[in-house]
Amino acid sequence: MAAPARSVAVPAYSPRLLAAALLSIGVLLLLGYLVMFDQGAVSHSGMYLHELMHDGRHLLGVPCH
Amino acid sequence: MRTFGSLLVRGLIIGLFAGLLAGTFAYVTGEPHVDAAIAIEEAGAAHTHDHGDGTAAAAEEEPLVSRDGQKAGLFLATTLYGIALGGIFAVAFTLLRRKLRTERDPYAALGLAAAGFVGIVLVPFLKYPPNPPAVGDPDTITRRTVTYLLTLVIGLLAVWAGVAASRWAARYGDVARLAGGVVAFLVTIVIAYQILPSINEVPGSFPATLLWQFRFASLGTQATLWLLLGFGYAAAVDHRLSRQKVVAA
Repeated sequence: MAAPARSVAVPAYSPRLLAAALLSIGVLLLLGYLVMFDQGAVSHSGMYLHELMHDGRHLLGVPCH
Repeated sequence: MRTFGSLLVRGLIIGLFAGLLAGTFAYVTGEPHVDAAIAIEEAGAAHTHDHGDGTAAAAEEEPLVSRDGQKAGLFLATTLYGIALGGIFAVAFTLLRRKLRTERDPYAALGLAAAGFVGIVLVPFLKYPPNPPAVGDPDTITRRTVTYLLTLVIGLLAVWAGVAASRWAARYGDVARLAGGVVAFLVTIVIAYQILPSINEVPGSFPATLLWQFRFASLGTQATLWLLLGFGYAAAVDHRLSRQKVVAA
């Protein structure tokens, strides 16, 4: 086993850190969902945002129509 | 030591710029191919669907967003995607940093970015290469979305399997360490590729050259994003580049 890192620039594990991490992941995944898959159900913009980001979705490799 | 908030904000900001520049790359290298694909779609519009890609059904209805609007929206999409990815990357860095066996934070960030690129981009790309407009049956979008997300999860699992196997095999020497990692990774994805359904919806008449030009532009866009994210975050956590003192943990 390698020696543990001497200088680690991250906070130690704690319930608070894990809660903050999970909350952040949730919000960020929602943002990712808006770009990649939403068709108005979440954004309440109808198909407008979906169509606006159409080229980006194709070029980011996300399946699209 | 840095707080979670500062690590996260760094990821979000670097993701924003990485996304913006990936959008620029996509605009220059990808948009001509998207335009060409849409021209083909329109030429055969009589029997294809209209997805607002242009004027395929202009006689019946105006598209919701014009082509110029979609080209501007490209930057919005890659930037938002970059922000989301940068943030998730920062969370992953925070949670996984102690598991990464290097003393140098920049190397840890680069290693994590390489793992992310292989798992999230390369593994899905090789099984389900992205398609330009005019390719793809709208009726199978749900199935294609689910299989795409599955390849993404499998990609990350395969990277994890490779790392775990290489650490286990390390006791038998350096060659075993490398071979163990590569074998575990490859076995995982080959089995997954065999089980996952193949999807081929490229019309026989679609130009093969255009298809691959588009696919390389798409791969390049994602590579740009991950390269900038990896090196950007590596620089952001490099205490030698920062005035902030890093306290030894």
